[in-house]
Amino acid sequence: MANIELKAVRKSYGNVEVIKGIDLEIKKGEFMVFVGPSGCGKSTLLRLISGLEQITSGDLMFDGELVNNVVPSKRGIAMVFQSYALYPHMTVYDNMAFGMQLAKASKQEQDERVRKAAELLQIDHLLDRLPKQLSGGQRQRVAIGRAIVRDPRVFLFDEPLSNLDAALRVQTRLEIAKLHHDMEDVTMIYVTHDQVEAMTLADRICVLRDGVVEQVGTPAELYDSPNSIFVAGFIGSPKMNFLKGAFADAYGCTTLGIRAEHLEIVGEGEGPWKGEIVHSEDLGSDHFLFVEVGADEPVIVRQPGKMSGALGRTVTLKPNDGHLHRFGSDEKPIR
Amino acid sequence: MKAQPTRWLIWKWISKTCWSNSSTLKKIAPGGATPGATSGTVYGKVPKNWSGEIMSSTDVGTARTARGRELNLQQQRVRAAYMFLIPMLVMLAVVAAWPLFRSISFSFTDASANTIFNGQSEWIGFENYLERRVRSNGEVRWRGILADGDWWNAVWNTVRFSLISVSLETFFGLLVALVLNAEFKGRGLVRAAILIPWAIPTVVSARMWGWMLNDQFGIINHLMMSIGLIDQPIAWTASSDTSMIAVLIVDVWKTTPFMALLILAGLQLIPRDMYEAAKIDGVHPVRVFFKITLPLLRPAIMVAVIFRALDALRIFDLIYLLTPQSDATVTMSVLSYREIQQFGDYGEGSAMSTLLFFIITLFVLLYIKLGKVDLSGEKS
Repeated sequence: MANIELKAVRKSYGNVEVIKGIDLEIKKGEFMVFVGPSGCGKSTLLRLISGLEQITSGDLMFDGELVNNVVPSKRGIAMVFQSYALYPHMTVYDNMAFGMQLAKASKQEQDERVRKAAELLQIDHLLDRLPKQLSGGQRQRVAIGRAIVRDPRVFLFDEPLSNLDAALRVQTRLEIAKLHHDMEDVTMIYVTHDQVEAMTLADRICVLRDGVVEQVGTPAELYDSPNSIFVAGFIGSPKMNFLKGAFADAYGCTTLGIRAEHLEIVGEGEGPWKGEIVHSEDLGSDHFLFVEVGADEPVIVRQPGKMSGALGRTVTLKPNDGHLHRFGSDEKPIR
Repeated sequence: MKAQPTRWLIWKWISKTCWSNSSTLKKIAPGGATPGATSGTVYGKVPKNWSGEIMSSTDVGTARTARGRELNLQQQRVRAAYMFLIPMLVMLAVVAAWPLFRSISFSFTDASANTIFNGQSEWIGFENYLERRVRSNGEVRWRGILADGDWWNAVWNTVRFSLISVSLETFFGLLVALVLNAEFKGRGLVRAAILIPWAIPTVVSARMWGWMLNDQFGIINHLMMSIGLIDQPIAWTASSDTSMIAVLIVDVWKTTPFMALLILAGLQLIPRDMYEAAKIDGVHPVRVFFKITLPLLRPAIMVAVIFRALDALRIFDLIYLLTPQSDATVTMSVLSYREIQQFGDYGEGSAMSTLLFFIITLFVLLYIKLGKVDLSGEKS
């Protein structure tokens, strides 16, 4: 239920500046995802918002109120940690109720809130267990439950899925999306290095790189009109193809970007690029073909359906002109 | 036997049991698959063992028992593990099990300085421990350690010393560990400095404190007099009222760093995000300490206390050096030493040592049982 505003926020550890002046507004009820490679400062930014780290300079506002020096517990936040950070010697119930015992909530109210959250997350049958008796997915739910019980204004997630296996990750992702849907007033900030998580969960994504914001926008905006080569390469799987030299010169740019699904295999002479298929990845529904056209790296082409005997064949490629991304020497798009 | 053949025999035995030397295999290779027959069908590089003999195909990469049964991987691992353990087990048997056994067996004899080495000591059963004697006038007298007031005084001293010193050391050790766990400039230096008392040999620290506590020219009396705490010097180590206090002061000073170090290691195992979660929950620091730090630190503290208790229960050097001959501080170890070295009564001294051994065992077992200490580390 909070509008969060960051104004020229900086964070240094000694002489090392890790957050280099960030301006960002996160709207009330929004699901904002911070994404970026490791070391880009996304987790630090989250910790600045949580109050676990002191902001070096700049302003952090919750609903227009300066909270730079407000302790974490008074900010109305709840946080889900990557490692879950459950108290190993307390039962699931106590883990969830521990924070409330301080808030001097009545026993009955505590009990009600814990049971309601447990029901929501389908962990009500686990309340008497210790964390070590739970699976990774169950622990993660308890961690989320502990956050829900606090009834926060802002929900902070620090790479909550990275300790889960792939199948569980998809399932828990779905549940977090549902949670966001159910608690539509609550602002959620989610940190991940996985662009798929970012794309599937976010209302808006904030791409970070070396402590600065690279681009903020909806998943579609980031995918369709990336603001830099970095964003273009980071968002989307497989990675966008980048062509340089003569390939790019033909289109009047320094770097030409084209996504795998925007390349077509055409008859000889009908497209500008030609090369041998050197590798092929079968994903069942799709095929990724790696075509050696003479650029720095093979160009990846996405082909629906089954393909057999593709390896070694020489094909001609034609880019879909409406989906070309042209970048100048400053790595910014030419529009 | 000379060293050379022994070593050779051991080596032979190890290579036989561990790597299945093919010389044993050849004789018992099943199904008549002799190496010669096999080698004829092997093309290319023929595998050979160390001695240059051609190995049968079944030799390659497998280990066997003496009867030629192929060991599964688990059995091979167990065997290898025993191979690595044997030197240590032999060493333990020589330096721990054998002396313990000798000590216990001496305790059932009347061995003295004169008889202990020439085998003339006699088996006297439990007489060292407890003996019932009936005098000619019909009076029944109990003799032996268990009827000896000095022994029970020493037991009481030891237990009292252990309880108080270990409690104080745990408390102060915890305090020091908590301070050292905080981040501040020069922490590494302070951590090293705090270990100094523990690094000083007991002989040196006992002498040093002996001087400091001296009633004539000790600095402690001097300081306490000059600030008016006492009117006249106290003979800390000589007076039976204060000698135990003196011993405790020195032991706590000396051993707190050790406790602090063990507890600090435990503290550093507590994940930082546990504290961060508590911070976000808004838990008061004091509550965090009692509800999170202390419970999570409990296993480390329990193990540290076992170490210290074992040490404290057999304390000898500090007391022997700081307060020799004082009945107020004499411990089981000191008494046993006195019996053997001063009175030459090896039998009774050994009996005391044996009792000490069992008392320590009893304490530790009780502690592990009551404290539910998980020494195996399986539960965590």
